[in-house]
Amino acid sequence: MREGRSASFYWLAAFFVAFVLFLYGPMIAIVLLSFQGPTGGMTFPMNGVSLHWFGKLWSGGGIVDIKSAFSRSLQLGLVVMALTVVLSTLAGLAFRKKFFGQNLLFYVTVASLIVPSIVTSLGIALQFRIFDDAIKAYAPAFISDEWTTGMGLFSSALGAHLTWTLPFGLLIMFAIFNRFDGRFEEAARDLGATPWQTFRHVVLPIILPSLVGVGLFGFTLSWDEIARSSQTIGEKNTLPLELQALTTTVTTPEIYALGTVTTGVSFLVIGIALASILLLRARQAKQGSDAGKGML
Amino acid sequence: MKGSTLELVKVTKRYGQTTAVDAIDLKVEGGAYCCLLGPSGCGKSTTLRMIAGHEAVTDGDVLLGPHNVTDLPPAQRGTAMMFQSYALFPHLTCVDNVAFSLKMRGIDKETRRAKAMELLDLVAMTPYAERLPAQLSGGQQQRVALARALITEPQILLLDEPLSALDPFLRIKMRAELKRLQKELGITFVHVTHGQDEAMALADLVVVMNQGIIEQAGTPREVFNAPRTAFVARFMGGHNVIDVPQGQIAVRADRLSLTPLEGATALVGSAMPAVVRDVEYQGSFVQVGLEAGQANELAAQISEAAFDAMPLQPGDRVAVSWVEADAHRLSTVA
Repeated sequence: MREGRSASFYWLAAFFVAFVLFLYGPMIAIVLLSFQGPTGGMTFPMNGVSLHWFGKLWSGGGIVDIKSAFSRSLQLGLVVMALTVVLSTLAGLAFRKKFFGQNLLFYVTVASLIVPSIVTSLGIALQFRIFDDAIKAYAPAFISDEWTTGMGLFSSALGAHLTWTLPFGLLIMFAIFNRFDGRFEEAARDLGATPWQTFRHVVLPIILPSLVGVGLFGFTLSWDEIARSSQTIGEKNTLPLELQALTTTVTTPEIYALGTVTTGVSFLVIGIALASILLLRARQAKQGSDAGKGML
Repeated sequence: MKGSTLELVKVTKRYGQTTAVDAIDLKVEGGAYCCLLGPSGCGKSTTLRMIAGHEAVTDGDVLLGPHNVTDLPPAQRGTAMMFQSYALFPHLTCVDNVAFSLKMRGIDKETRRAKAMELLDLVAMTPYAERLPAQLSGGQQQRVALARALITEPQILLLDEPLSALDPFLRIKMRAELKRLQKELGITFVHVTHGQDEAMALADLVVVMNQGIIEQAGTPREVFNAPRTAFVARFMGGHNVIDVPQGQIAVRADRLSLTPLEGATALVGSAMPAVVRDVEYQGSFVQVGLEAGQANELAAQISEAAFDAMPLQPGDRVAVSWVEADAHRLSTVA
């Protein structure tokens, strides 16, 4: 054996570069094309460089009401995020104990990931239609006269999104509590903490970083969800549904500008999160460390 | 803080069909340092956890001072536990870890931090008060864990393998510190360990456990010099368990004397013939491994000077003998 790289290193490196290109190439292309000149088209070559399409996006002309679709998606995403975190945490805690029907409940929950999204969506829509018919037929007049549908952003669409985020949330909670050292809870109990105090002051702070992860995951799943939203959304669309509609009607780089803006917002959020973690760590590191010193 | 007497009366723990702790009786005087010693799975940790209240007792009673605490929750027993690898809360600084129990009782921040600083001072950890556990060495973590347990002003401190997470050098240093602290505070310590050297160095009362029962309880000298069973003799180390016509006896390895057997020299008294299997130089003494008949393996410790006067090689034939006073009869049942 000699020092230096083996041939397999170069093969694997080439494969990795191809993978990265495949992963980020489309995004880079869209970001570049969003800076097309005013006369540029939907594809390369670039016809000058400008902020024209961003200006157009900002002024709101041309494209349908993107801003309110954005706000609807944001609201739905935040509600889904909150519910996913709360329900997954409670479920995760429950699954640490043995209870009757535990396995059945687990399989039923996870089955929702296996059933095709569009089928789930159709099922929920059908269920709401039956519910609407029942209301119209049997409810007292003062309800049934006014009733149009129970479907909407925070009923059927919310439910559809939760069928997607909750199983993931539960699986992540399993991983979290698998690593959780039960001795922390015993120590808290030994020091006189009630079960609620143990959860509030010991368990919750320790799993909090993971819960932030569950929340972000829930939000992202909801934010770009199309299939489950498609049949259950009711009359007002979310952002992904609007964008899907736009791809067939819009013929200018304005849609790329929209893509760049939303990507930029995502990067900004991630950047702020990372920066604050680094800041907190740097502040604590000032206290110094003797970790791993066997003689102290 | 003054230590109370701890008494276990027929304490039993069963998990389904298996009995982890089998009706043990034990009395630990107030202010004593007690070590529960035994191999893993012998029931020593379960016993400790039952004293702490983290494990329900199947049968029997745990008495602390004048009180029967069998049915009390951990925090109302007057015990405090130091967990294996300490279980310091990773998100709290040292001072907040120590102040935790006061916070749970709703004591205001000023008071509880001041009290926590006193305890950190007791274990010489004041300069590290604002560090997180991950920024501490093993020995420092142990001191913080001690302070956190002591702030509840317990009558008994329960320690679950407190030294096992430390490097060998530090282990010896920290065990001296534990002993000093126990003497200073005058409270009862119950310390679980599987290291007989640790138990001998620390304990006023050594309790040797095996398969859920107490094989022997006594001072380190009593247990080491006069083991009651073959298990205790083997576990404490430094002993030979020898089959003699009257039953089994234990003889300390440093009390065996070896004389060369040349030709057909007759054996005297209880001496038995053996063949030297290996010779290990151990510094202050020489350890000689011997084979004496059917599966009877013996070890003799001979001073360096005595070995030099009579060097032995593997394969040499020797006569092994001991003074009658050094032979301890072993009972077959505990």
